[in-house]
Amino acid sequence: MRNVFPSVHDSILSSIYQSLPNLMDYSNKLCTQIQDLPRSGIRDFFELVIGRSDVISLGVGEPDKSTPWPIREAVIRSLEKGQTSYTSNLGLEPLRVLISEYVEKQFRVTYDPKTEILVTVGVSEALDLAFRAVLNPGDEVIYHEPCYVSYSPSIKMAYGVPVVVNTREENQFALMAEDVEKAITPKTKVIALNFPTNPTGGIMPAEELEKIAALAVKHDLFVFTDEIYCELLYDGRQHKSIVEFPGMRERTVLLHGFSKAFAMTGWRLGYACAPAPLREAMMKVHQYCMLCAPIMSQIAGIEALKMGASAYEEMRQSYEMRRNIIVSRLNGMGLHCFNPGGAFYVFPEIRSTGLTSKEFAIGLLEKKSVAVVPGTAFGAAGEGFVRCCYATAPELIVKAMDLMEEFVNEVRG
Amino acid sequence: MDPLIQLLAINSNRSTAELAGILSLTEDEVRRRIAAAEADGTILGYNAVVDRQKAGHRGVTALVEVKITPEKEGGFDRLARRIAKFDQVRECFLMSGGYDLAILVEGKDLLDVANFIAEKLSTLGGVLSTATHFQLKAYKQAGFLVNANADEERLPISP
Repeated sequence: MRNVFPSVHDSILSSIYQSLPNLMDYSNKLCTQIQDLPRSGIRDFFELVIGRSDVISLGVGEPDKSTPWPIREAVIRSLEKGQTSYTSNLGLEPLRVLISEYVEKQFRVTYDPKTEILVTVGVSEALDLAFRAVLNPGDEVIYHEPCYVSYSPSIKMAYGVPVVVNTREENQFALMAEDVEKAITPKTKVIALNFPTNPTGGIMPAEELEKIAALAVKHDLFVFTDEIYCELLYDGRQHKSIVEFPGMRERTVLLHGFSKAFAMTGWRLGYACAPAPLREAMMKVHQYCMLCAPIMSQIAGIEALKMGASAYEEMRQSYEMRRNIIVSRLNGMGLHCFNPGGAFYVFPEIRSTGLTSKEFAIGLLEKKSVAVVPGTAFGAAGEGFVRCCYATAPELIVKAMDLMEEFVNEVRG
Repeated sequence: MDPLIQLLAINSNRSTAELAGILSLTEDEVRRRIAAAEADGTILGYNAVVDRQKAGHRGVTALVEVKITPEKEGGFDRLARRIAKFDQVRECFLMSGGYDLAILVEGKDLLDVANFIAEKLSTLGGVLSTATHFQLKAYKQAGFLVNANADEERLPISP
């Protein structure tokens, strides 16, 4: 029988091994394409904040509540029953049926649960699958900045070429069709959209969306639309997705998930809806690299969709109130901040302080222990802005705003 | 429901300035509307929801089911209002089902509650019977979990 206890001899050897210098030169061994990807600006900032317990953070990108209890309870029950197996690569069929119904209600577009829906590990995976399914090396993807951190790297990892179009504060961070048109070349294959947008809270006016849809049809492009914040709209607005316009269903990959509306970020559950040939191509990548989304997350998703709007309407209302507080406080301290129509972020302009985004965020953290994220973490177009998440208790928002006001006054002297 | 009342019903501890910010009203308007709601009885009062065990309270609370005889005029109202007026009665509701009134009675100890029921409540004309259930432990009060484990900490910065 093998001796499971290491002998004195083994432990001496092991300590000798550990003290030897590591002679491997990783810079020559790692994939150059990955080495060339920039580090996420979020991660740099995260490292400044982590380990500090005194910080009021407006730097998160997720709801401040745990997943609604009925969803958690359904998963506990499923674990008690022993539901711990793989599922179909596509995802559990009852979940796909519910997704189809939910999407039809939300976007007025019908998808066949058998051939046109794929359950994924968050929208991030779905987006990656979509890029990998359609891009050949050198194909261009038009996307808008400031945006969620993974668009450009995901395009590059699929050997595509990211082509950025900036959204601007003067347009309330909506994407202008004329700017998109200027970026279209014969190599353009995809336009990627995400409205409401992280980090700006910007939304798309229907008329601008219609013009972009017409461009996609005219130039025969795909559109990937990330709808992750579509439930979180304020001031009585109704969401409109680009997939609803004529000629769009056949060229659109609709990406959605459970993270934001259902407060399920850690479950990593999303889905893609797309015409059958596209779904099939995405499914090939998914089955080899992921197999399936975790079954407990899928069961949580079933319960979430059964709850529907009742799971998030109260949270949506409370976000709207918090948005009102934070927007009025920011403008009150002289940081110009437009009133965002969706998501749970505000993107105030901090240029009047004379600081860069990074200087502002680091100064605020060091002097007042309030964390916000520099706008540049979301692309160069974010310079002059910081992202504040208001999915935080109102009393903490008020306290953070008091401290930020002190900071701004001190900087301005 | 009026959004201002709705906000106060969830948390009455917000400042006028905060309420004004949330609802895009002036502070004067918020003060005026709260005063009006207090005056017309829409707002009955303000309580903090206290974990009594943590606060060192040693009293007892009982839920008492009460059967009463309705009166020809006014039904249950007159007697229910008489019962509700006792300081020991924290809450009093007319119920559907097997009994008529559900009342929440508080006393400094078991004997105190027992005396109230035996001497004050049961002896009222029109009270037919009572069934008393003493509270043993609180898990949720007025929408708040008692001794709740704090939700898992979120990462301070995330994309």
